[in-house]
Amino acid sequence: MNAPELLSLADDELILGWRNSEWTGIAPFLEEDVAFSSIAQTEIGHARAWYELAARELDTDADSLAFDREPDEYLCAPLVERRMADDWARTIARHLLYETADRIRIQVLLNSIDREVAGLAEKIDREETYHRMHAEMWAERLRDEPAFRKAVDELWPYALGVLPQEQRRLLCEAVERDEVEAVERGEHTEELRPLWEEMTMVRRSVPGASW
Amino acid sequence: MVTAERVWEALAEIPDPEIPVLSLVDLGVVRDVEVDGERVHVGFTPTFLGCPALEVMRDQMVERIRELGAEPDVEVLSEGWSSDWITEEGHRKLRDSGFAPPSGRAPATLVQIQTGTHPCPYCGSTDTRLDNLFGPTPCRSIRYCSACRQPFEQFKIL
Repeated sequence: MNAPELLSLADDELILGWRNSEWTGIAPFLEEDVAFSSIAQTEIGHARAWYELAARELDTDADSLAFDREPDEYLCAPLVERRMADDWARTIARHLLYETADRIRIQVLLNSIDREVAGLAEKIDREETYHRMHAEMWAERLRDEPAFRKAVDELWPYALGVLPQEQRRLLCEAVERDEVEAVERGEHTEELRPLWEEMTMVRRSVPGASW
Repeated sequence: MVTAERVWEALAEIPDPEIPVLSLVDLGVVRDVEVDGERVHVGFTPTFLGCPALEVMRDQMVERIRELGAEPDVEVLSEGWSSDWITEEGHRKLRDSGFAPPSGRAPATLVQIQTGTHPCPYCGSTDTRLDNLFGPTPCRSIRYCSACRQPFEQFKIL
């Protein structure tokens, strides 16, 4: 797998992990504080694992890839950048769409000829089972809520943009929706920069510090 | 010269940083030990990728092997850890400390988690329900026992 592909995966998981962590302390109830914080933690753990593979190809380290690039250099899909920490229905809509899309690409990676990539995909897939269960439980509860349905409609073009063209048909089948024009990876929303400012603030304040 | 058996014994004395009733060997994260002269190779697979205990575990293994007078080489394997690898002894220790061991074989399904038999580690009742898929660390869920009215931590099936 080449470095941009690895970075796309890693950046998606890092930025989404960051967004999910914004619910820590303010989720609708205590169980969800715990759940979203835990999901954020595992997403960021997956990001680190992908960054470590990319870092070997690029002769750097995982932290540099996560924190020392400019916002424009991140390869995450616009879906994960959106700030939703005041809107639970939208958050669950993204959670469901992202986890469904992520499963599709991970299934493809399970068959990678690169044994390290396939092994990591296998490990991540098993951990993500719990994210999917959580998303499905919530989607079941919110299925008929207008706010949730509206959010799924709004985010659908973004969800398609998580996957490469050839995998999008599988996502359409999984969520029973028609393919529309996707919001493609490569362009960023305005919401990425404020996230980046906050995420890299400590690292930028004392370059090269270790603790 | 150090033997593989001696290394296994030493690693079995290292407590898991987050669930200290278990040793790293009980948890099944140490997959193999090979001794080649002064060098000791350990194949190791952490439970969850986001687990912050990974580095602590690795450092402790390195330290213990050095104490045995050997040169450690701890390799993190790409193969994924499974809760099926927690030993029988590990299951017993978990139960004794009020912590429900994984109650099933991987892979986990939602139906299994919601409807399977999950005995309470305190009173043994199977009248328990899932309270939260997620818990204080990535490897735990929270269940509630309706018989003794006690929430408890359930090791996830992975």
